[in-house]
Amino acid sequence: MAGADVSFFSTCIVDAVSGAVGRAAVRVLERLGHRVTVVAGATCCGQPAWNSGFADEAARVARTTLRALEEAGDGPVCLPSGSCATMIRVYWPEMFQLVGDRASATRAERLADRVVEFSELAARGPRLPGKFPKRVAYHSSCHMTRELGIVDQPSGLLDGLEGCRRVAWASDLCCGFGGTFAVKQPEISVAMADAKIDSLLASGAEMLVGCDQSCLLHLEGRMRRRGVALPVRHLALVLDQAWEGPAT
Amino acid sequence: MSGSGLRARARRAVADRDLARALAGATDHLASKRAQVIDGLDNWEQLRHSARAVRERTIAHLPEVLARLADRVEAAGGRVFFAADAVEACAYVVEVARRRGAQRVAKAKSMISEEIGLNRALEAAGLEVVETDLGEWIMQLAGEPPSHIVAPALHLSRSQIGGILSRHAGEELSDDPAALTAFARRRLREVFLSAEVGITGCNFAVAETGTVCVVTNEGNGRMVTSLPSVHIAIMGMERVVETWEDLDLMLSLLPRSATGQALTAYTTMVTGPRRSGEVDGPDEFHLVILDGGRSGILGGPYRAALSCIRCGACLNVCPVYRQIGGHAYAATYSGPIGSVISPLLFGGEACELRLASSLCGACYQVCPVMIPLQDLLLSLRRDAAATANRSERWLWRGWARMWSSPRWYRLTIRLAGVGARFIPGRLVPRWGTGRDVPRPGRDAGS
Repeated sequence: MAGADVSFFSTCIVDAVSGAVGRAAVRVLERLGHRVTVVAGATCCGQPAWNSGFADEAARVARTTLRALEEAGDGPVCLPSGSCATMIRVYWPEMFQLVGDRASATRAERLADRVVEFSELAARGPRLPGKFPKRVAYHSSCHMTRELGIVDQPSGLLDGLEGCRRVAWASDLCCGFGGTFAVKQPEISVAMADAKIDSLLASGAEMLVGCDQSCLLHLEGRMRRRGVALPVRHLALVLDQAWEGPAT
Repeated sequence: MSGSGLRARARRAVADRDLARALAGATDHLASKRAQVIDGLDNWEQLRHSARAVRERTIAHLPEVLARLADRVEAAGGRVFFAADAVEACAYVVEVARRRGAQRVAKAKSMISEEIGLNRALEAAGLEVVETDLGEWIMQLAGEPPSHIVAPALHLSRSQIGGILSRHAGEELSDDPAALTAFARRRLREVFLSAEVGITGCNFAVAETGTVCVVTNEGNGRMVTSLPSVHIAIMGMERVVETWEDLDLMLSLLPRSATGQALTAYTTMVTGPRRSGEVDGPDEFHLVILDGGRSGILGGPYRAALSCIRCGACLNVCPVYRQIGGHAYAATYSGPIGSVISPLLFGGEACELRLASSLCGACYQVCPVMIPLQDLLLSLRRDAAATANRSERWLWRGWARMWSSPRWYRLTIRLAGVGARFIPGRLVPRWGTGRDVPRPGRDAGS
């Protein structure tokens, strides 16, 4: 596939605390032949407010991001988050309808067709050679798995790396982050993380890999508190490292 | 502020190690049995779509279907009582038992009777009530409500169950399941033979013939519907199907979803009381149809929730239910479906259950009638947001104002990054009690 002009929406979590994930994702996409522009002016997809029941507030923020994404170009809009991609692709049209903004709903529907999650876009590209000799546990995050049906792409990318082995574990069990759920019901949220981490530890994995930085930060935060030192990486970082080649 | 009902109950539940073990074992068992039996079918998704269509069609003209059901039940010699609420339903049942001079009531499992508090009402009227479903009986002896729609004592370990039955027996029973079951069988047999009134729930009522269908695995449903001289079946008004063909479809979904069985051991069909020439069966049959707030759901955005066939599959896969168990919901119905219908049916404290979900969507994936549970939970949250306390409303308004401006967004993001770098994790309220705070450039991204 020829490279495309890709608009990259880094998302708020990456902007705030995981800039390296955004930079790695951009490098990976460029290595696949895409011309990548990081969208200036995009803020947040609005999901935290939407999932808390505040549709008007979510729509207000989403309008800013919608405009920025439209102005950035006509090519694929790539996000390093299955959850934010779901929000835009699945929920934006419904959300704008609900708050009575039909014009934005129509625009959101048009945009939805262009939105791709990072691994989805990366899996379309040429399969680059790379080594990653590790046993990894892949976290199949909820919205990405159940709403977008993106499962084979990230697994395929990991399996394509030389030496990389995916372990069997509770991959598609919810980690308990759930946006504001993590702070509204912290006890349940942490207990859910523990169930996930127990399965991770029993799996023999050397690394936890996922496509949603929010889930990963929640799990990593819990692991640190429990004294578990297993590394946690967004798939973009894994691919960036593996495809970089041994010499560089 | 942090002492809200759900959080306090959840905190207690997650700290209970026995509960965690029992929950993990039982929900895993049920969920994997379900997955196995469904893997063996190549038309499961088709069945789900058909079932959703059948349920939606029935619910869409529920009044007519219920009228037909009532006609047929009466034509078969039974009596029908439409109860507007729990008080009316209980009063009717108590009145029937009184009129018959009953002393003892044998019950098969019925979540509706839990919903209306029927046991309390009967006991207040001086009747002895005995649950005859093993799990339900254990819960009755323990003085607790069931913790699962299908498996009432799912949260208990074998030794806890042994303890409860031993206390009842007044002697030390072994915790061997076979021995405990034999003990229960002896005790419950006396109840079946002596009870004047039998009460059951109703998995489905078939409108075209006035038939009540009860599925069980222990045969107690059959005893309760045939030995006592009066049988009273209680159903929520949505638990009706129009035809036997519809029933056939529902019965191909319910046991598979509930317990991973193609069929349960007993599928009991009751049409009216004993007819002349029949050797067993009650001489009175009553069907109590409860509204209890359901008609209020019928015309609104939550109508899909009335499609539920109470299989409990959503509970078994729900990562929240699996951590806190049914009692932490403090409502008759727990798990994802409970978090949707409890606020709608009971209001009050139960409204908080809209928060008992990470919206992961595992429930919808297994729901045999495809109820979009996470969307309904979201909708409940929107309803609540309209009347949210002022601080939460202002928080989101302020957030929206800031993050709809790229300039303010960049500033707050930078501040968040700095905060994450320097504020000790344990001081971050609600996050830091159980988790460290991500360090920019170090965690999951270094």
